[in-house]
Amino acid sequence: MPLLAVRDLSVTIGPVQPLDRLSFTIDRGEILAVVGESGSGKSLTAMAVMGLLPLIGGKASATELSFAGQDLRSLRDRDWRALRGRRMALITQNPMTSLDPIIPVGRQIDQVSILHLGFDAPRARARSIELMEQLRIPEASAVHGQYPHQLSGGMKQRIVIAMALAADPELIVADEPTTALDVTIQAQIIQIMVEAARARGLALMLITHDMGVVAQAADRVAVLYAGRLVEADRVGPIFGQPRHPYTRDLIACIPREGQAPGTLRGIPGSVPGVFNYPAGCRFHPRCREAQGLCAAEVPPLRQEGPRAVACHFPNGAAHG
Amino acid sequence: MAANRSVLARTLLTPRGGIAAGFLAVTVACALLSPWIAPYAYDLQNLSQANREPSALHWLGTDEFGRDLLSRIIWGARTSLAVGVTSIAASVICGMTLGAAAGYFGGAFDRAVTAVVDLTWSFPEILIALIFVAIIGPGLNSTAIAIAIGYLAQFTRLTRAQVMALKTETYVEATISLGAGHLYVLFRRILPNALTPVVVAGMLATGDAIILEATLGFFGLGAQPPTPSWGAMMSSGTAQIFIAPWIIIFPGLAIAATVIAINQFGDALIDALDIRGRLREG
Repeated sequence: MPLLAVRDLSVTIGPVQPLDRLSFTIDRGEILAVVGESGSGKSLTAMAVMGLLPLIGGKASATELSFAGQDLRSLRDRDWRALRGRRMALITQNPMTSLDPIIPVGRQIDQVSILHLGFDAPRARARSIELMEQLRIPEASAVHGQYPHQLSGGMKQRIVIAMALAADPELIVADEPTTALDVTIQAQIIQIMVEAARARGLALMLITHDMGVVAQAADRVAVLYAGRLVEADRVGPIFGQPRHPYTRDLIACIPREGQAPGTLRGIPGSVPGVFNYPAGCRFHPRCREAQGLCAAEVPPLRQEGPRAVACHFPNGAAHG
Repeated sequence: MAANRSVLARTLLTPRGGIAAGFLAVTVACALLSPWIAPYAYDLQNLSQANREPSALHWLGTDEFGRDLLSRIIWGARTSLAVGVTSIAASVICGMTLGAAAGYFGGAFDRAVTAVVDLTWSFPEILIALIFVAIIGPGLNSTAIAIAIGYLAQFTRLTRAQVMALKTETYVEATISLGAGHLYVLFRRILPNALTPVVVAGMLATGDAIILEATLGFFGLGAQPPTPSWGAMMSSGTAQIFIAPWIIIFPGLAIAATVIAINQFGDALIDALDIRGRLREG
């Protein structure tokens, strides 16, 4: 049984539906990368899984949304609170703003284990410092008493990760954990996070728009475009034989060693907004292989073993 | 709290912050120690010494009953500060509770609170205070209650605006995503961050409250004789203004100096905390 099972998850916010029938699962100890550009619905997926949609006035509907066998759809507020931070934890996008500016950072880690594990202050402090050391924060006991403004972005994100780990969760949802950081430390933070997840056998849902991060960290990949799942597979086949043209374009965006200057490709155009999703395949206006059918009919998500792809011509237009 | 200590240090190290704090310290000392430092009892009458000008015996002169003016001003500091501080403290506590609940939970409760607050906001504090003193009756306690009610709208608005702004901060959402409940989020995350501007606004309002107390005292609605109150002293001084002007001048100076000191200290504090913009949100 997967740790987290999501089937046909749709999210509506007022009149719009920015997430449309998304399905995926995460097993214990597995790292799933959820990939897509800004506006593809990645963060909404994270919020839906964490039960945080009410914060932004959103509503989730799904035929299945379960965590460790527990149905999340009918969960009451009080049960959510027992789950959030304790068994599933969120690592937010921007460490610059995710920490309370007037409380020492170590104290903020302490608060999580005090709240969920019932630790007293000295025990919580000892545990926080141990966690900070595991996340390779130098002079952890000194940093414990410092305020967020005294720390660098990378250090702050390690604190945020430590807060997520503080109550020994089974699932961590990391929503673009390195986007706000300097490029020089992005890889380092991902590595620290992946190590921490592997060492504890945690499931990690890693939301990112960086295919480089995916290649470095993930076991499986789910590619989102404009609120729909377009392709999902294990990381090897995704990079080896990407089926969906969007996946291929995303992979082509990774700079390669020895690449001639000026040849790095982007994907022309941008993700459509929720108010003007095109009919048919939502990627077709930007797709270099689009046919007439693509604008007319929504491609169904076809499951072939571990691979799922939603494209009318997954083998390229020439073969279709 | 190292950060807070340095803010206080920065305030006290500016010339105006330091002078204001020094003056306020003297005023507070007068209020706390009045039985020991006042040269005479505040109600000791000596009609043969009525309306005497300042002298070595009575440094600030005497009033129409021959009471020592300096002693009464020292005792009056106790009345003014007690009323100013307790009424504003009560107002801040009630206003923060109302404003925090309204700003955090929103909905019908918020609309009701906002409607009442906006309504009272459109009246000057003194009018509201006068109405409530008229209802409850004159006296020191009712003055304090009336002043507290008069300033309630200000602190409710300010807290509500702070809470609404802080509610959408990422660290608040992050706390929720770590499993914290409403009360935890409100008391551990939002209110501590909203506290600074509200406390500074409360500090500045204390100056206004002292003037309001003096005004109510001047109209005979505050402290009742023989309790010394700066406002009531000025009131009785009006009758003697041409024969013994010091009776009205010295309490007036005491009020002015105290309020100026509070305002200057508050201003220096605002600069040291760099929160001028946040105070306007209310």
